[in-house]
Amino acid sequence: MTLQRITDHAGEWLRGAGPDSEIVISSRVRLARNLAGYPFVGLASVRQREEVLQRSREEVMNGQLGRDLLWIDIETAQELDRQLLVERHLISRQHAQPDATCPRGVAIGTDETFAIMINEEDHLRIQVLRSGMQLREAFDHADRIDDALERRLDFSYSSRFGYLTACPTNVGTGIRVSVMLHLPALKMTGQIDKVKRAARDMHLAVRGLFGEGSEALGDLYQISNQTTIGRSEREILEDFEQSVVPKIIAYEQQARQALLRERVTRLDDKIWRAWAILTHARMLRSEESMALLSHLRMGVNLGRIDAIDLRCVNELLLLCQPAHLQHINGATMSAHERHQARAELVRRRLGAR
Amino acid sequence: MKHRKCDRCDRPATNHSVEIVNGQKIEKHLCDTHAAEEGLAAGVAPNTFNDLLSNIVKPAAERSEASDLACEDCGLSYQEFRKHSLLGCPGCYEAFESQLGALVERAHEGGTHHLGKVPRRARAGEQRQQQVLRMRTRLTEAITAEDYELAARLRDDIKRVEDQLS
Repeated sequence: MTLQRITDHAGEWLRGAGPDSEIVISSRVRLARNLAGYPFVGLASVRQREEVLQRSREEVMNGQLGRDLLWIDIETAQELDRQLLVERHLISRQHAQPDATCPRGVAIGTDETFAIMINEEDHLRIQVLRSGMQLREAFDHADRIDDALERRLDFSYSSRFGYLTACPTNVGTGIRVSVMLHLPALKMTGQIDKVKRAARDMHLAVRGLFGEGSEALGDLYQISNQTTIGRSEREILEDFEQSVVPKIIAYEQQARQALLRERVTRLDDKIWRAWAILTHARMLRSEESMALLSHLRMGVNLGRIDAIDLRCVNELLLLCQPAHLQHINGATMSAHERHQARAELVRRRLGAR
Repeated sequence: MKHRKCDRCDRPATNHSVEIVNGQKIEKHLCDTHAAEEGLAAGVAPNTFNDLLSNIVKPAAERSEASDLACEDCGLSYQEFRKHSLLGCPGCYEAFESQLGALVERAHEGGTHHLGKVPRRARAGEQRQQQVLRMRTRLTEAITAEDYELAARLRDDIKRVEDQLS
């Protein structure tokens, strides 16, 4: 598998399928692990980092996790490639930072259903992605990967604190469970801050599209657990699956129904304006395209527009991002060129001239 | 619905408070950013780990002798940990155990001990210890609920598992 093949296809998690996929774009489970006998990445010497990388890479790439894995050395990768991996949520922004002295990498599984970052904040970060609401499936897969790796890797663990991590916010299970939600109606009706506050009261983190400190472009929000110790993986997962996410889905659905009932003309106006601009614009900025695609996506979900399907909108949300655009066009582009290329891509995908 | 603007900028006010100071009613309507500045938005201010550290742990740590504490394995001092919120090595958890214990408890909704997956190597003994931990929690709950029958049963179970452990 090559990086080019990745660009040509949307990952499994963007299929637009899976339970509750109208609102839940994707589910993700991440496990943080560190090799015993080494300092954490921040304090490890270059040589120790190299050893950690080599030993982990060997176990990850020896075929036990699947045959078609792609390995990328991050510290030597082109900036555009690193950015592409961030846009696809295969590595974090932190992992993509240019730092030639820290040997690090990522192994990407078949169909991008999982990615294992090595030498990010922790030695290993096992992440599994699924489309729609499939947290349990994502966890089971992550758990299997962890089982396979611990056969020969000795993970740092204490009976009191559990799996030891560089930052105590991840200690214990080392698990981060998260969903990416599309919440345009809550945004339109001004209720999104209420949801954010409620989520924080439940000790959940609410973040934008690309995690910490990023904006909620396209009305996309990531919600994740903050508590990682004192409760088992299953308890954390069940809480999320049975209580947190269904509640937010219900709020968003209520807000959508209220819009249909009370402000249907305004709603349709937003959706069709989005369609009109997206099918005719000659230049599109990234933020503008995300905002318009968000309205279009809601229009598709509510059956107000049937010219396109959900998968098409989901893919555009991804392909409109800067590194993807440049990969598709095979060249580094100025902002001006990107705006033009973005408008062209969108028109083509939406069947306009 | 008409939105009120933030008292200090043009963004919508999402945090509202009314205080009575010296018999005067003071209303505040602020956006998230300004509310965070004023310490008003308990919920919406980005509650990063650094915030937690500085808001909760700082006073306690400054009072204690933690200031000259350092990890023998990697040399990281507790002060440095506080600055970057990152530990240096697995040994730090032992070196700073009492400080970290308090901090972890606050950052994780009262979680003090790991419950959950155990590495294969450590499995048998560890799982029994976790089982005892769970039963103890249930025992406390049973006593609070005055369910003495259940409490008695749990006490017997705990004793049995502990005997196996020792």
